[in-house]
Amino acid sequence: MKTFRIGGVHPAENKLSAGKAIETLALPKQAVFPLSQHIGAPAVPVVKKGDVVKVGTKIAEAGGFVSAAIFSSVSGKVNKIDSVIDASGYRKPAIFIDVEGDEWEESIDRSTELVKECSLTPEEIVGKIKNAGVVGMGGACFPTHVKLTPPPGCRAECVIINAVECEPYLTADHRLMLEHPDEILVGVGILMRAVKVSKAYIGIENNKPDAIRLMKEKAAAYPGIEVVPLKVKYPQGGEKQLIDAVIGRQVPAPPAIPINVGAVVQNVGTAFAVYEAVQKNKPLFERVVTVTGKSLKNPSNFLTRMGTPMSQLIEAAGGLPEDTGKVIGGGPMMGKALANTEVPICKGSSGVLLMNDKEARRSAPQPCIRCAKCVSACPMGLEPYLLATCSAHGDWERVEHEMIMSCIECGSCQFTCPSHRPMLDYIRLGKGKVGGIIRARNAKK
Amino acid sequence: MNLILVAVISLGAIGLVSAIILYVASKKFAVYEDPRIGEVAAALPQANCGGCGYPGCSGFAAACVKAGSLEGKLCPVGGQPVMEKVAAILGLEATASEPKVAVVRCNGTCANRPRVTQYDGVRSCAVANSTYGGETGCTFGCLGCGDCVTACQFDAIHMNPETGLPEVDESKCTACGACSKACPRNIIEIRPKGKNNRRVYVQCVNKDKGVVARKACTSACIGCGKCVKVCPFEAITLENNLAYIDPAKCKSCRKCEMECPQGAIVAVNFPPRKPKPEAPAAEAKPAQTVAEA
Repeated sequence: MKTFRIGGVHPAENKLSAGKAIETLALPKQAVFPLSQHIGAPAVPVVKKGDVVKVGTKIAEAGGFVSAAIFSSVSGKVNKIDSVIDASGYRKPAIFIDVEGDEWEESIDRSTELVKECSLTPEEIVGKIKNAGVVGMGGACFPTHVKLTPPPGCRAECVIINAVECEPYLTADHRLMLEHPDEILVGVGILMRAVKVSKAYIGIENNKPDAIRLMKEKAAAYPGIEVVPLKVKYPQGGEKQLIDAVIGRQVPAPPAIPINVGAVVQNVGTAFAVYEAVQKNKPLFERVVTVTGKSLKNPSNFLTRMGTPMSQLIEAAGGLPEDTGKVIGGGPMMGKALANTEVPICKGSSGVLLMNDKEARRSAPQPCIRCAKCVSACPMGLEPYLLATCSAHGDWERVEHEMIMSCIECGSCQFTCPSHRPMLDYIRLGKGKVGGIIRARNAKK
Repeated sequence: MNLILVAVISLGAIGLVSAIILYVASKKFAVYEDPRIGEVAAALPQANCGGCGYPGCSGFAAACVKAGSLEGKLCPVGGQPVMEKVAAILGLEATASEPKVAVVRCNGTCANRPRVTQYDGVRSCAVANSTYGGETGCTFGCLGCGDCVTACQFDAIHMNPETGLPEVDESKCTACGACSKACPRNIIEIRPKGKNNRRVYVQCVNKDKGVVARKACTSACIGCGKCVKVCPFEAITLENNLAYIDPAKCKSCRKCEMECPQGAIVAVNFPPRKPKPEAPAAEAKPAQTVAEA
């Protein structure tokens, strides 16, 4: 069975909510939309206090080419444009909307009927995706229209759909495949049309046999789409790891990007969002979110409107367990501990994980014993112990030379470390500093 | 015996030849260095802290000799006496400089600024700052992991376990600026010591709106602007909901300190204020109510 070549770990899967069908979550009382839900420039508000909006009304437009528009997920009145504490713990500008009723824009096709045919040109498709504010739904939130516009000199050869969901606990993509396989496949077809290729692969990890079977069965009716079962290994959902696993090509070090080896990688949730945007004129304003945790009464998958506070999802899944140690936005490997539960659901929120006291506790770091487990685990072939030590001492030249910018922050090093060394903490710091130095150097040129 | 003799003679010969080569090379390829650079460097404190803006003491000495004037050059560790020594060596005149000190512009003590989350990552301010907003509601204030303490070479800054904030030991602080550079939130400012070591400054860096700032910390600057209005010397500016006192214009009249509703402006090393005529009356009132009760 296929998988990526270098490194990787296998954390306990804990897919508690895999058997739970997607439920539609009730509307929130107030929806909050941070203006910076994606990589790139923050969106610019186009509404003001007191404006009446419907579901699907554009409330902020893209602030540049690498940026995405934001659409209201609720109908009601704009309460204020202020700041909210987002998942990072810092205050970010956001639009607050008080919910009244549930009135949708007329242009949105609300029927559940499958629309297979798409005769738009690639430019029209990319334009529609851009106008629907679609971003990568895997977590990085890179604007999709940018990925579908290859830079000059690059040509796409295939589309790879990321249905790996290698993060433990999360099941949102798994459920989406089981419940909307046809929509996803039509979405993949549209993506192939947009980048003018005739081949697409859907990479699914082997721990989802039901999804592999169903997708294989359905994909037979769609020419050029192949389902590729993959061996379970973290971080297979990383873009570069997935390309290596599926088509056996390795993306060179930054600034190279996947398109340099002819691959366009999109998340399975993004394919679904693209289907809805192009075929149903429905902008991106809701997504499937997994709410899970060992002590949680009822781990579930919710179809959630953007802007809903995470506390509402936790409440719907049985309430906050007493032994909660940390609330994580995302999965346990790459997710972030939240400062409070009022953080709104954004385009990239794939899950809410409630860790109990025991799971959440970090063991005290011990001295490095030079076992090199982190080196074998690193999927990018780096030396994490070295990057961490040099970052801790502020040797930015050295860490840049040691390719710190190639780090994908998957956390495999810290996961395998028998001494519980906080390597990723320091590597993230070093990456931030070196990134700043590189930007300053480029600006000088 | 013969063997030993051969070894001694051959090694001796190699040594002699090498010595001649080295002697010739040192004469022929000698680089002239102003001898005054060494003299100046010897007069400096050899802390190599970089507080002067040059790479170490010898770098500073070379710059002093090369520039031919001491204007704008100051060794913050040695201060005026050392600069006068340097001036004597170079036959120049030392420019008068103002002694400076590091001030911590945050008063978010455990009592003033309640903790809302708990950080269990690496005990480093730089890491904590790049990870999230901090343990309190204030995303501008001190993180309390002590990067400034680690950075200080002079043992002049220490964490106070009671307040959770760093405190500067004025007698040891040389104003080299290492702590200021180490602080990821730019809380520590290098300020002139002021006349008789007395200075007034805003002990807060929170740029949030007043309501948000006050909720996070009871001693936060809320940007009300009362201090700006009361200042007779136009020394205070208000930008992004935060007041700043320009040390060059401030005459230490302390009117702003009295006016600040949050107690965010502090005046240090001043003698205690003389009680005002109406103060006893104000004190008498609560006493009365106690008596009634």
